[in-house]
Amino acid sequence: MGRAILLDKVNIPGIQTFEVYRAHGGYTSAAKGLREMTPAQVQQEVIKSGLRGRGGAGFPTGLKWSFLDRKSDKPRYLVCNADESEPGTFKDRYLMEHLPHLLIEGLTLSSYALGVKTCYIYIRGEFRYLVGILENAIREAKKNNYLGEKILGTDFSLEIYVHPGAGAYICGEETALLESLEGKRGNPRIKPPFPAYKGLYNCPTVVNNVETLATVGPVITMGGDAYAKLGMGKSTGTKLMSACGNINKPGVYEVELGLPVEEFIYSDEYCGGIKNGRMLKAVIPGGSSVPILPADLILNTARGDSRLLTYESLAEGGFESGSMLGSGGFIVYDEDACIVRNTWNLTRFYRHESCGQCSPCREGTGWMEKVLYRIEHGKGRMSDIDLLVRVAKNIEGNTICPLGDAAAWPVASAIRHFRKEFEEHIKC
Amino acid sequence: MIKHHLFVRENMPVSFKEETLEKVRSLIRRYPEGKQKSALLPVLHIAQEELGGYLSVDVMDYVASLLGLNPMEVYEVATFYSMFYLGKVGNYVLEVCHTGPCAICGGEEVLKHIKEYLNIETGETTPDGMFTLKEVECLGACGNGPAMQVNTEFYEHMTAGQVEKLIERLRQKSKEEGSSKGWAEQFS
Ligand SMILES: Cc1cc2nc3c(=O)[nH]c(=O)nc-3n(C[C@H](O)[C@H](O)[C@H](O)COP(=O)(O)O)c2cc1C
Ligand code: SF4
Ligand code: FES
Repeated sequence: MGRAILLDKVNIPGIQTFEVYRAHGGYTSAAKGLREMTPAQVQQEVIKSGLRGRGGAGFPTGLKWSFLDRKSDKPRYLVCNADESEPGTFKDRYLMEHLPHLLIEGLTLSSYALGVKTCYIYIRGEFRYLVGILENAIREAKKNNYLGEKILGTDFSLEIYVHPGAGAYICGEETALLESLEGKRGNPRIKPPFPAYKGLYNCPTVVNNVETLATVGPVITMGGDAYAKLGMGKSTGTKLMSACGNINKPGVYEVELGLPVEEFIYSDEYCGGIKNGRMLKAVIPGGSSVPILPADLILNTARGDSRLLTYESLAEGGFESGSMLGSGGFIVYDEDACIVRNTWNLTRFYRHESCGQCSPCREGTGWMEKVLYRIEHGKGRMSDIDLLVRVAKNIEGNTICPLGDAAAWPVASAIRHFRKEFEEHIKC
Repeated sequence: MIKHHLFVRENMPVSFKEETLEKVRSLIRRYPEGKQKSALLPVLHIAQEELGGYLSVDVMDYVASLLGLNPMEVYEVATFYSMFYLGKVGNYVLEVCHTGPCAICGGEEVLKHIKEYLNIETGETTPDGMFTLKEVECLGACGNGPAMQVNTEFYEHMTAGQVEKLIERLRQKSKEEGSSKGWAEQFS
């Protein structure tokens, strides 16, 4: 088993409670950070760790923190993105359900580093039962003076509140999330200004993913340099992968970045191979928004190197022959899976979730869905394939938020790698 | 997806019980002074659950008055989010995930079976007012698919047989006996 630093204690009975979490070394990093380090030192460790955002984009967390407007006299906010709605992604849910205090501890350290006094966890409304779990953890932490007024006798005070969404994938996009948190429709904002300057209530704000923030505790415990030694190159540390689809062992796995994809798919420690002895056909490695790759290209890059679970290796080959690590939502398709049907299905998702603000996204997703529907249902024309490519191209890069790209890439990559399958659908 | 008559006005007096009002006040305090609009989504969840199962205009106007908002600010939000119902629904809303990962793991069959078993299409309610069927996008349970929710309760690894059992079990109990804590109780 690779080194687990987030899920190492997940199997301890009762680890959800403050007592058990504390008895197993929990909150020692919060104590260390708040008592022995300055906020700047905590941030410095995060910078040294090389930790990159686990929400999908992989942006260096320490760097993002350093952009926060510290000159403004307005209050600053930390918002934890627990919207987790990207198809194939279910790692944050797992983490919050089993290790709520790991998240609370990470939020405490991060808020301390950022000079934040109020932190919101924005969680998708469908996770109603997790609201109670998190609120309970917050209550316990408060009772034990790890949250609230003058934490551990220091001058640092922090309140954390859980805020539910109500069913809208777009609210995972950070500016839509902020709109939603302000009680509005989840329409993404035009950037700049970035949240670091004008975020929640127009105040300086940092938005980070659940897994990113939960990792801050272990980073402080082991030190940024030690964390950076884990993983490979610029993909430091470990990553939670949520694996699903036609595999023997769907689930959430913590991997040290750099693990070969082949090992991840076939080893009994992880996915356990393809279900029912079938052959691997394709993989979407980072949540439904990233390009799909056929079996040969997910196992090996076009250059013939074995493909690794790192930001760099998965992107190797660019859009021609690569994909992305994204959120770590790893969707596996066996030889029986129909790529056309799947592409139609995912496009229906983006059509439904488009907020409708920009015409290329609103109209383009609707158009692509219609064309894919007719191909899937035996009414397609040969010219439809290039039509899809054109529509996808016209969405890409022409929208306010990246949902447009996220809708275009799956279609473009499915046609790039599985054009024959589209043609066969049209012929018969 | 649920066929709703956009904005049902029933002219019925609506109000939370005192206990819930206290909860609403404490939710408002979570946000800075003057930003009580932030409490809108959580309060709408509670309202939908406790005031009739869907958001009628009466309920939305009431929520607007509680938060000091213009009613339009509530309508435009209620219509944006898929968890809010704007028309009557059955006691139990079966929300079946139809997105890719669930679809390739048997989700399409589960959905088809529910339609046959209850003899309704997506968006419809059974004549006895017990069940409404809704198709939803990824619920964040893809590893345990096919997944569905009934009134925000997760049901995973569904099969045709499991679905039948679930439906029969739900028939046996009344709506009040929901098994886990409702929205208001989630917040401390
Ligand atoms: C359409 C869309 C949906 C997104 N959904 C999520 C999400 O559910 N969770 C998340 O953490 N980030 C999501 N993101 C990314 C966020 O905008 C943001 O980059 C992220 O929360 C930053 O956190 P990180 O730096 O820790 O990754 C989404 C982005 C887009 C464009
Ligand atoms: S790209 Fe789509 S989801 Fe994003 S702002 Fe434009 S219409 Fe809305
Ligand atoms: S695809 Fe059904 S829960 Fe994610």
